Amino acid sequence: MHVDPEIIRLLAFLVGVIAFAALNAAYLVWLERKEAAHIQRRIGPKEVGPFGLFQPLVDGIKLMTKQLIVPAGVDPVLFKIAPILVMVPAIMSFVTIPFSETLVARNLDLGLLVIFAFASVNVLGLLLGAWGSRNKYAVISAARVVSQNVAYEIPMLVTVVTLVMITGTMNLHNIVMQQQGGFWHWNILNLSASPLMPVAFLIFFVCMLAETNRAPFDMAEAESELVAGAFTEYSGMGFGVFFMGEYANIVIGASVATILFLGGWDCPLGLFPGVHWFLIKMYFLIFTVIWIRWTFPRTTFYGLLNLSWKILIPISFFNLILTSAMLKVF
Amino acid sequence: MIDYLREIISGTWSLFVGLGITIRYFFQPVVTVQYPYQTLPMTPCFRGHIELTKDEETGETKCIVCGMCQKACPSNCITVNGEKREGVKGKVLTEYTLDFTKCSLCGLCVESCPTAAITFSKDYNLAGVRKEAYIFDLKKRLEAKN
Ligand code: SF4
Ligand code: SF4
Repeated sequence: MHVDPEIIRLLAFLVGVIAFAALNAAYLVWLERKEAAHIQRRIGPKEVGPFGLFQPLVDGIKLMTKQLIVPAGVDPVLFKIAPILVMVPAIMSFVTIPFSETLVARNLDLGLLVIFAFASVNVLGLLLGAWGSRNKYAVISAARVVSQNVAYEIPMLVTVVTLVMITGTMNLHNIVMQQQGGFWHWNILNLSASPLMPVAFLIFFVCMLAETNRAPFDMAEAESELVAGAFTEYSGMGFGVFFMGEYANIVIGASVATILFLGGWDCPLGLFPGVHWFLIKMYFLIFTVIWIRWTFPRTTFYGLLNLSWKILIPISFFNLILTSAMLKVF
Repeated sequence: MIDYLREIISGTWSLFVGLGITIRYFFQPVVTVQYPYQTLPMTPCFRGHIELTKDEETGETKCIVCGMCQKACPSNCITVNGEKREGVKGKVLTEYTLDFTKCSLCGLCVESCPTAAITFSKDYNLAGVRKEAYIFDLKKRLEAKN
């Protein structure tokens, strides 16, 4: 029997990507707890396995053995579909992310667009889940998430458009290839294209935090105000899938930032490029995301919207105009 | 416009300062004590339940069975009994019971003792399922220590 090797390759990537996403979700929780602990000068998980390394497994088993309660009065379809709607797009986005020169499931010409298209489905999942749970905290949370995401999608996309104007392609592989050869070639330091490139990276990073609902923009969950926000009515693995989706989205965000601004798998000094550099940069960004969470308190909702509409959007538009002018002149 | 930019720049800078502080904490050693495995020495002022002290020379209790502590105790936790013995000056302690379930750790007993025969212990690992476990025979405890 003849099987197309391409299909086998895609299947292998699918399994790999799902495993990668699940493993990341599990161990990012561990990293988060450890990092939080050390920032507060505690130890963090330490009882289950060496350095508490088996903690995520035990947490997973706990979540899986819990009963999946579907409260009376919820919308049965929306309630069940929402966690999947958060998880699946995150996994889909992995398809086009190039981890190294050869390690990519599908190198799409519109890879960047695919990622942003799928990334915005995440919000829909949260909204439907919250709406379907028929819980007022969840609905408040959903309203916040949607307005927050609308507000932050704009500066993020404007920044990405600026970048695409410079690179001239949406193919993630080509974007990385253009940045090969040391850190001074990376887009974050591409000052000849626009002197505001580092600022653009900052804007992108802040928007990524807001899009993935991370602190200090964690309006969606806001434990102290909204119980658990959109996830209030979810129990057991329903909650677990949401959780994995959130962490998978953080991984996607960090990967995209790495590809667009930090040269993907390129080594800072031009030596030994490879997948390890991609992972180092990506995990450094994730480390920073967690670091930010344990440094800054949650902003108010008005502060959050003001930051986007009054600061990030004007600056990113200014950067767009500046870049296009520079591209035209030079 | 200038104010707007200045606010953005100083605001961004302050965020980096904050990150700097937390990352410094991240690399500093851990300060928490892993309680069941590690313990801290108790401070001298710590008030646990009372216990009998011993005379450095004889190794026996310093109690002269005057009953002052029993009288001073507002919660009636202390029972002291003694007897006269041949050839021994004063009374000999035969019973010293503390009902810790009622003790408020007020310290009046310690203050009233004329011979400093009782003091606060540093014992804080107290947990049990039966009330009777907290009726301490302090004389036995002292003997057990010797
Ligand atoms: S500390 Fe106070 S309550 Fe406790 S035994 Fe002494 S006098 Fe009684
Ligand atoms: S006051 Fe002191 S000496 Fe008197 S009975 Fe109590 S412990 Fe003994």
